[in-house]
Amino acid sequence: MRVTMTVNDVEVTREIEGRLLLVHFLRDTLGLTGTHWGCDTSNCGTCVVWLDGEPVKSCTVLAAMAGGHQVRTVEGLAKGAELDPVQQGFMQCHGLQCGFCTPGMMMTARALLDRNPDPSEAEIREAISGQICRCTGYATIVRSVRWAAVHEANAAAQLTETTESPAVGEIDNAGQPAGSPA
Amino acid sequence: MQVPAPFEYERATSVDHAIGLLERLGSTARLIAGGHSLLPMMKLRLANFDYLIDINDLHADLGYIRPGRDEIRIGALTRHRELLESAELATAFPIFAEAERVIADPVVRNRGTLGGSLCQADPSEDLSAVCTTLDASCVIRGPGGTERVVSMEEFHVGPYETAVGDAEMLVEVRLPVRPGGGSAYEKVERRAGDWAVVSAGAAVWLDGGVISDARVGLAAVGPNTTGMPEVSAALRGQEPTESLFERAGAVAAASCDPVTDQRGSADYKRHLAAELTKRALRRAAERARS
Amino acid sequence: MTTVHERVDTFHDNDQKPVGYGRMLRKEDPRFVRGRGRYVDDVQLPGMLHLAILRSPVAHARIVGIDTSAAEASPGVKAVVTGAMLAELNLAWMPTLSNDVQAVLATDKVRFQGQEVAFVVAEDRYAARDALELIDVEYDILDPVVDARRALEPGAPVIRDDLEGKTDNHCFDWETGDEAATEAVFARADVVVTEDIVYPRVHPAPMETCGAVADFDAVDGRLRLWSTTQAPHAHRTLYAIVAGIPEHKIQVIAPDIGGGFGNKVPIYPGYVCAIVGSIVTGKPVKWMEDRSENLISTGFARDYIMRGEIAATRDGRILAIRTNVLADHGAFNGTAAPVKYPAGFFGVFTGSYDIEAAYCKMTAVYTNKAPGGVAYACSFRITEAVYLVERIVDCLADELGMDPAELRLKNFIQPEQFPYTTKTGWVYDSGDYEPTMRLAMEMAGYAELRREQEEKRARGELMGIGIAFFTEAVGAGPRKNMDILGLGMADGCELRVHPTGKAVVRLSVQSQGQGHETTFAQIVAEEIGIPPADIDVVHGDTDNTPFGLGTYGSRSTPVSGAAAALVARKVRDKARIIASGMLEVSVADLEWSKGAFHVTGDPGKSVTIQDIALRAHGAGDLPEGVEGGLEAQICYNPSNLTYPHGAYICVVDVDPGTAQVTVRRFIAVDDCGTRINPMIIEGQVHGGLTDGVGMALMEMIAFDEDGNCLGASMMDYLIPTALEVPDWETGFTVTPSPHHPIGAKGVGESATVGSPPAIVNAVVDALKPFGVRHADMPLTPSRVWDAMRGHAQPPI
Repeated sequence: MRVTMTVNDVEVTREIEGRLLLVHFLRDTLGLTGTHWGCDTSNCGTCVVWLDGEPVKSCTVLAAMAGGHQVRTVEGLAKGAELDPVQQGFMQCHGLQCGFCTPGMMMTARALLDRNPDPSEAEIREAISGQICRCTGYATIVRSVRWAAVHEANAAAQLTETTESPAVGEIDNAGQPAGSPA
Repeated sequence: MQVPAPFEYERATSVDHAIGLLERLGSTARLIAGGHSLLPMMKLRLANFDYLIDINDLHADLGYIRPGRDEIRIGALTRHRELLESAELATAFPIFAEAERVIADPVVRNRGTLGGSLCQADPSEDLSAVCTTLDASCVIRGPGGTERVVSMEEFHVGPYETAVGDAEMLVEVRLPVRPGGGSAYEKVERRAGDWAVVSAGAAVWLDGGVISDARVGLAAVGPNTTGMPEVSAALRGQEPTESLFERAGAVAAASCDPVTDQRGSADYKRHLAAELTKRALRRAAERARS
Repeated sequence: MTTVHERVDTFHDNDQKPVGYGRMLRKEDPRFVRGRGRYVDDVQLPGMLHLAILRSPVAHARIVGIDTSAAEASPGVKAVVTGAMLAELNLAWMPTLSNDVQAVLATDKVRFQGQEVAFVVAEDRYAARDALELIDVEYDILDPVVDARRALEPGAPVIRDDLEGKTDNHCFDWETGDEAATEAVFARADVVVTEDIVYPRVHPAPMETCGAVADFDAVDGRLRLWSTTQAPHAHRTLYAIVAGIPEHKIQVIAPDIGGGFGNKVPIYPGYVCAIVGSIVTGKPVKWMEDRSENLISTGFARDYIMRGEIAATRDGRILAIRTNVLADHGAFNGTAAPVKYPAGFFGVFTGSYDIEAAYCKMTAVYTNKAPGGVAYACSFRITEAVYLVERIVDCLADELGMDPAELRLKNFIQPEQFPYTTKTGWVYDSGDYEPTMRLAMEMAGYAELRREQEEKRARGELMGIGIAFFTEAVGAGPRKNMDILGLGMADGCELRVHPTGKAVVRLSVQSQGQGHETTFAQIVAEEIGIPPADIDVVHGDTDNTPFGLGTYGSRSTPVSGAAAALVARKVRDKARIIASGMLEVSVADLEWSKGAFHVTGDPGKSVTIQDIALRAHGAGDLPEGVEGGLEAQICYNPSNLTYPHGAYICVVDVDPGTAQVTVRRFIAVDDCGTRINPMIIEGQVHGGLTDGVGMALMEMIAFDEDGNCLGASMMDYLIPTALEVPDWETGFTVTPSPHHPIGAKGVGESATVGSPPAIVNAVVDALKPFGVRHADMPLTPSRVWDAMRGHAQPPI
C-alpha cells in the first residue's frame, strides 16, 4: 500500500506493507536511525516519536496509521544548527550515557515542556515513567529537563526584557554535596 | 525486533464503514485503536488477523465525554489522557483520574482508548474495574445502525472475551450519575506501568449518613474484573465506619478467586482484595460525605 | 518566577574546560543528542540481508528431525541453515570463554528454552521472521533440570551428554581459604550466625539488544563484523579460532553500543550465525535479536545459592566467615571470567573486615537454563560476594543486638594495615574505610534517622535503614594471573601527536556509554597538557586500535587508563629531549608545567608541547639519536587489581497493609581513588544504584518447573523507572591506588555491587518488628508480605 505522511516537516510517500511498524518505516525506509527500539512490547520507550505533536511509542504504531499525520523524530528536534534547550540540557547535566534511550527521553521531555513549562521533579519523573534508562538512574535526566525549563524561562524573560528575569547563575553545585579534599 | 505476520490494513472513515468492513471480513478482521495490547500480541504471533481496521480517524465521532443529568456518556475512542484530564469526569467520578494515573504510562495513555481497554478484557485491566464499580453500561453497535446496551457483567464473558460480536463495535460507555456519591481507586503494582497485582475501585452513595448503595470492582482476582454483589449487600443500609469497611474487605477477600503468578501469591492477592477494598471504600465514603 | 531545584548542577561549572581532570561536558554527546549515534542496527550496507534465529520452545529435548523445505520456499528467503549443516563445516560448536563448548546451532539436543536451532537469511527482517514459522522441528521431550539443588541427584537427567564420559550435571568445584583454620575459629567463637541467602538469576538487559552485521568478502577473504561487543580484540581472536579466518583478515567494529553491563562480553551463537550467513550468501548479513531473545538466551547474572556463616565474639569482633555456594551455570559454562577464577572474584567475600579466617566451598552445576553468569556490572561475581558478607554481617548485628554501623566500624581493616592480604589471598591495595563510612552517616543524618525510626515503630509504621560497606577488586590483570582463553589481561595504548599539536589516542577498550572519548582525552591531557578538545579518542575498531582485553569488570580506567597515562608520559619524555634541543639546555635543566617545558629558574624560556610537536615533524635538526615524530605505544600490565570501596545507606518505608517498599533516600559515598571526571563518576554511580533497586525489589529471571523462562519480555522482567528511584545523594572520599600510575581505581560497577545489600538490609530492618532476619530478593510486595507473616521463601 502507499502511505504519505509528514516527517520532520517534510512530506514523504512510500510503498509499504500494511504491517510495517512506524519505527521500521522511520529507521529502515527513511534512514532516520535516531529513533531506536528496545523491547517490542511498548514498555521501554526508546522508540518514542511524536504523532501530531504527542509522544507515542513507534514500535506499537503501524506506519499506515501515521498516514496523513505529522511525525516528528529526534532528527527534527533542533532548529537547524541550533539545538533545542532540551538537547542542551541533556549535554549540560549528563542526562545520557550510552545514548540509546536519549532520543525518546528528549522527545517526551520536549512535549512535557510545551504543555508545562515549569514542571516539578515529580512531574518530570511521571512524564518519563514509561521509558527505561539503564545508565543514568534518571536523576540527571530530571536535572536536564529542569535545565531546559530554566533556560527557556530565562530566554523568554530576556526576550520580553523583563526587569525581573530569573537568574540561573547562582546555583549551588549540589551534584557533589560532600567530599573530603582530594 | 518482533514483527507481526502479514495482514491487510484498512482505514475506517465512519462507524458504519467500520462495521461494514467487519461484516464483510468476519472473524479474520480486527479493529485497531490504540493498539498497545493488540500489536504486541500480534508481534509475538499470539494473535493473527488477515485484516486490521484502523478506527483512529473516528476519534472526532467517538472521542468525547458528555456529562448529562443522569449519566455521563463517553465515546469508545476517548483516549486515556483525555479521561485523565477531564475536569467533568474528575468532579463526578474521581475514581477515573485515580485509575488513569496508574494505567500503563503517560506515552501509552496518549494512544490507548477506553473502548480498547474494555474490549481487551484482560482480567487485570483497570478501566474494566472502574466501569464495573460505576455500574457502567456499554453501547454496542451492529450492522444497519442497530444498537444494544449491555451491563459490564454481560459485557465481559470471560478472560479476553466480550459480548461484542464479529460485526459489532463498542461505541459508547454510559456511567449513571446519582447524587450523594463518592468514588476512589486503589492499585498495588510491582512497578509503575505494570498490570495490577490487585486493584480495587469503590463507589459509595450516602443518604442521611447511611450507605444507600455501594459498589466495589476488583481487578486481577478472577477471570474478569468482578462487581462483588456480596460486598454491596454487606454495605447497604449501614453507617460508613472503619469496622464496616473492614468487614466489607473480608467479604471481598472471601468472594474473589485469585491465582498465584509472578505478580504474587493467591494468598497475598486475597489479602490485598481485603486491604484495597477497605482503603477504597474509606476514601469513597469520605468523598461522598463532602 | 521560575524556581530552580537546588540539585540542578551548576551551569558555570559545566563550562569548565579542564586541561586534565575535572568536570567537563562529554565529547560524545553532540552526536547522541542529535540522534546521530551509530549503533549496530543503524549500519546499512548495500545488498544487506537479514537473519532471524529459530529457537527451542522447550528446555530439554532431543532433536528428531528438522524440515526446512517450506521455509526455503518462502518469499525472499536466501538461506536456511541448521546445526547439521554447520556440523559439516565443523562450526556447530564453539568454545566458550570458560573453556567449555557451546552449540552454535543445536545438533543433538536442545538444552535450554531459547537455544538456537536454525537460522534464516532473507531479504528483509519481516520475511526472515515469517520463514521461521515454516521450519518444522520434531522434538523428543526430555525431563529438564530446572532446580540447581536437584541437579546432582542420582538419576537426574544428564544435560551435557555431548561431553565424553559425562554422567552427571557437575560443572566444577572450587574452594578458597583455609578450611581447618576456619573450623577452629568457628569452634571457639562466642556467636555463630548462619543464614541461607539466594542471589537470584537476573539479567543486564541493556536497552540495545545484541546483534551484528557480518560482511565477508570472498575475493580477499576479509571479514568485517560490526557487533555489540565489549571486547572487540578478544572476539576477533576467537572468531579466528572458531571460523578459521586468519586473524589479520578480521576487523571487529564495536560502534556506539547501547549499554553493555556485561551482557556483551560473551560471544553468542547469533554473531557466528551472522558470519556464516554472510559466507553462505556472499552478502552482508544483519542479525539483531529481539528483546525476548535477549532475555532468554544471552548472558544472565548471579544465580548463586549461598549459605553464609559468620563467627564473632559476644562484643562484636568478627572472627571468621564461611560460605558454601551452589552455582547454577546453565546449560553451558559460558561464564566470562579469567580462566583461573571459575568463580570470578567471589573470593573477596571477606569484605572490608579484618578477620582471622575464611573459607568457601563452591559447587557449580549444569541446568537446563541459558548459559552465562558473569554479567550485570558484577565485577566478576563481587556482587554476590558483597551481598553475602553485607547481609550476614547484618544478621550478626541482629543477633548481637548491635547497631549495624557500629559493628562495621568496629571491624574495618585499618588504614595502616594496607596493603592488606585477606584470608583468601587478595592483596587490597589501599583503603581508609572509617572516613567514608562516617561521611555517609553524616550525610544521611544517621542518628536522627534511627530516632525517627523508633518513633515510627511506636506508631506501627515500618521504616528501615540499611547499610552496606563494600570493597571491590577491579582492573583485571595482571596477565600472569588473569587471562581469557590464554589471552592475558593487559591493555595496549597508542598516542600520536600531530604536527599542529593535536593528538589521537587509540584504546583497546571501548565505551558502552561510560564516556571513554571524554575520560581518556582528560587522562592524556593531564599528562601532556594538550586540551581534551584537541585529543581524538579512537576505540572500538580492531583495525585501528592496539590489542587489549576489553571493557568489563570496571577495568577501563584501572588498566587502559593507566596505559593512556603511561603512553602520554612516554611521549612527554621524548618531548623533553626535543625541548632540550630547542632551548639548548640539558634535559636535566628542564621543568614540566602542564603543557610546556621551561628552563629551570627561567620560566620565560619555554616551549609548549605544540611547539615541540611541530619541531618533531619539522625540517629542523633534532637532538642526536632522536627519531622524528611524536608518538608512542605501550602495553600496560597491571601489577595488581585496584580496590575501590564505598559506604551506602538506604532508607525505605514499607506499607504495613500492602507490603509495598518505597526507597525514600539513598546515600552513596564512593572512594574510587583519583577522580578524573566527577560528572561521569556520579553518573556511573547513579546508574548502578538503580540496578540495585531493580535487583533488590523487582528483577528476576524465573522459570517454571518445565524450564520455561518467566521473564521473557519487559512486561515480565521489570526494570526500575524514574518513579521507583529517589534523587540520589552522592559523596566521595579519595584514597588513591598506590600502584596505579594515576591512582585511579575504577567505579563503573561499584554501585551495582554495593546497593543491593543496602536496600535489602533496609527492608529487613523495616520488618524487624515482625522478627524478620532475612528475606531473599526480589522483595516484591508479595514476597515482603510473606516475610511479614514469617513465611519468607527463597525465590527459587
